[in-house]
Amino acid sequence: MILQVQDLSVSFGDIQVVDGVSFGVQRGRTLGIVGESGSGKSVSSLAVLGLHRDAAVTGSIVFDGEELVGAPAEQLRRLRGSRMAMIFQDPLSSLHPFYTVGEQIAEAYRLHRRTSRKVARERAVEMLAEVGIPEPRRRAGEHQHRFSGGMRQRVMIAMALACEPDLLIADEPTTALDVTVQAQILELIARIQAERGLAVIMITHDLGVVARIADEVLVMYGGRTAEHARSRAVFKDTRHPYTRGLLDSAPGAVQETGGRLRAIPGSPPSPLEPPSGCRFHPRCPSAMEVCAAERPALLGADHKVACHLEGVTL
Amino acid sequence: MTALAPPAAAPVAAAGRSPSRLVWERLRRDRAARFGLIVVALFVLIALSAPLLTKLNGWSPYDFDPTAIDKELAGVPKGALGGISAEHWLGVEPVSGRDIFSRIVYGARISLLISALATVVSVLLGTTFGLLAGYFGGWVDAAISRVMDLLMSFPSLIFMIALISVIPDGDRVTLLVCIMGGFGWPYIGRIVRGQAITVKHREYVEAARVGGAMGGGLLFREILPNITAPILVYATLSIPANIGTEAALSFLGVGVRPPTASWGQMIQESMLWYEVDPMYFIVPGLCLFLTVLAFTLLGDALRDAIDPKGARR
Amino acid sequence: MTLYLLRRLGAVAAILLVICAVTFVIFYVVPSDPAVQACGKTCTPERVAEVRAQMGLDRPVWEQFGAYVVGIFAGRTLAAGVECGFPCLGFSYQNSLPVWDLLIDRLGTSVSLAIGAAALWLVIGLSVGVISALRRGSALDRTLMVTTLTSASLPVYFVAMLLLLFAVRVTGLLPYPAYVELTEDPVAWASNLILPWVTLAALYAAMYARLSRAQMIETMAEPYIRTARAKGLHERTVVTKHGMRAAVTPIVTIFGMDLGGLLAGAMITETVFGLPGIGRLAYDGIVKADQPVILGTTLLAAFFIVLANLLVDLVYAVIDPRVRYS
Repeated sequence: MILQVQDLSVSFGDIQVVDGVSFGVQRGRTLGIVGESGSGKSVSSLAVLGLHRDAAVTGSIVFDGEELVGAPAEQLRRLRGSRMAMIFQDPLSSLHPFYTVGEQIAEAYRLHRRTSRKVARERAVEMLAEVGIPEPRRRAGEHQHRFSGGMRQRVMIAMALACEPDLLIADEPTTALDVTVQAQILELIARIQAERGLAVIMITHDLGVVARIADEVLVMYGGRTAEHARSRAVFKDTRHPYTRGLLDSAPGAVQETGGRLRAIPGSPPSPLEPPSGCRFHPRCPSAMEVCAAERPALLGADHKVACHLEGVTL
Repeated sequence: MTALAPPAAAPVAAAGRSPSRLVWERLRRDRAARFGLIVVALFVLIALSAPLLTKLNGWSPYDFDPTAIDKELAGVPKGALGGISAEHWLGVEPVSGRDIFSRIVYGARISLLISALATVVSVLLGTTFGLLAGYFGGWVDAAISRVMDLLMSFPSLIFMIALISVIPDGDRVTLLVCIMGGFGWPYIGRIVRGQAITVKHREYVEAARVGGAMGGGLLFREILPNITAPILVYATLSIPANIGTEAALSFLGVGVRPPTASWGQMIQESMLWYEVDPMYFIVPGLCLFLTVLAFTLLGDALRDAIDPKGARR
Repeated sequence: MTLYLLRRLGAVAAILLVICAVTFVIFYVVPSDPAVQACGKTCTPERVAEVRAQMGLDRPVWEQFGAYVVGIFAGRTLAAGVECGFPCLGFSYQNSLPVWDLLIDRLGTSVSLAIGAAALWLVIGLSVGVISALRRGSALDRTLMVTTLTSASLPVYFVAMLLLLFAVRVTGLLPYPAYVELTEDPVAWASNLILPWVTLAALYAAMYARLSRAQMIETMAEPYIRTARAKGLHERTVVTKHGMRAAVTPIVTIFGMDLGGLLAGAMITETVFGLPGIGRLAYDGIVKADQPVILGTTLLAAFFIVLANLLVDLVYAVIDPRVRYS
């Protein structure tokens, strides 16, 4: 396990956004974190990289044997970009508008590997070629607005992987892209993972993406774990009503249910006024009295579920 | 069968509050805005009740009081702090012996009157031309935009002074209002034009899709709410700018004609006396400073209240 | 690119022509007898008649204007024996000198004042703004913002007089400002200009501080700052290379315009401190109704403003890559 997160909680002042989440990733494997907006999935991964400024982070984050929670800022900084990297949802605004693409890729490489400008520049061109950008040498001297959406995301990937990290966190990397381009980006990530044994955390709200590339799936709701199992298990043996709801409301589900798309009624909870007991109970079709009163424990060995139904139905 | 739990913690539906209510509430909470509002209200009150105040005081702004100044010392006010006493609440002017409180109070009238009217002129001209330019486009827009660019390239202070000194004596107040308003309108004109163009494009797309014609009346109704906010913010921030400009013009001797009282002019006269009678320049200076500060605070707070995501706080 | 440049220069020329025309109309047409005013109060009727002939006031207005404009480039003969080469901006009868000579004589003062103040306010304003932005919400931030608000609300002449009172009269730290050429004595030049510099800078620095603070706050909230941190860059690199670079760039436009406006003279500051600059010249000219001087200073001021506008646009295209492609 290159990354092992135990009981992670993140709060901003009085507001708790992530509440006791645990997960881990191995080299060469992909963990998909699924959830609606506000589920805490992005906040969790930002916490892994130590990118929160004013948050209280508790629990344990162990990266390659090092404990990151409570570690000095300088230690985290050295890991960021070199051993663990992150790519974000909107490459247009995530790349600096004033510097060339090559400069931005070379920057991190030069800092972490302490090389000369020239070597770093070469590396940037190399990386651009690797992510499939044609005429990489010429393109390295251009600014990000000269690239299309898909190309920009490739640039971000090139930038993230320049220093050959062990872990890549991808936060909704395909959400802003066309469907065809989405597929290309996912393939690119999968290929690089296979070549380098990269551990990948893929954060998304799109089950289709998860089905494609995740080995393991963590379903988050209201800052907590709802379901956590191997990918196949989550799709074939869905245990949590929320996961069930997500699957039923996915466009591909229409054929299976043979009827209309069933959206989950209601809207995601606000961290300012979270529901009592099980966070999902207000929207759950199978809610019982105990659901409003008690928080369900996360039960199971390989297939973890946090639902009161788990004890009831056997 | 399990009962569906009541949506106990469903998100609170946003109570239907109008935008103006929201703005007002945000303003109320802002301490700086409250201070600004109080000071502005105070000065407006003073300006409006000037005749009453001078009756209370017993001195009109034009009355000379030779007993309050020391002729032996070239006309310096008797007593400390520029002659502050029970008679003269804020002291007297050197040489003339005129009551400073009365002159300040009437000066407030002049400052606020001219600035407010000039702002009204700017807003009227700017809105009109901005709407015309944005709505009609084409050569109308080109012409108006060129005029706006031109006006903004004029060295305005020199021009204002020159215009004022050349035009034969008439009603100075009207002249100042017209000139200041005439130089200020391009700033709000641009904003209104921008809004008009945005809405027009939206309507174009909409009309093209629906296959109907674009209504002119509808257009204005759409544009109006979009421009109310920027106009309000501009107006509140333009007033202190105009106060400053009027004071500067008076300071340079081309403002309202003496013996009409004006803060800027008092400061200019005080230049000769600042070593022996610093109060003479501190009092009007302080008033100018407080008024400008208060309006600026109010304008800033208004801008923040209308657009809280603007990263200004 | 050259086409764009030519078009812009054409626009510059057009604007200057219009301003010239408007000013001309105001000062040569509106007054009842420009010759009397140009000549001054002490002139005898014969002198006035001379001036009238020299100013060509018996000719139709548009001919006068045409002669004036052409005269700017081709030169004119003014009084007997007074040749006026390029650029000929007329003759100031009250000063007995060609306007151009007057302007050149005073340009040094105004430029010294403008550039010194600009350097001061840029450094102070941007530093205060950036520091406030980074320490947003702290006591330091609040204090600095209150200070800048105060400074921005004080009228220029008030600040000038306060400074004069304290620095010269009360404490005697500095001499009463009188202009000394830079080439003559750099130390005296600087020490005489300190008070005017501080006066001007106080106002502008306050505005720039508030501006750069707002820009910096907005920029630091952008996603690309998060990306920079995610790459493991040092915080100081994130703040300067990524943050400030993007935040300060739009301020360049405003700086250019402000500097351009000041180069042609800061009327109030020069008047209060008694500095022999172009602003003072303009003011004196207006007060004495010296038409050629008014026209000359107005044109110069407009020229600087329009030129600054053009330069700023060009510079901006260099420093902001996004603009180049539009």
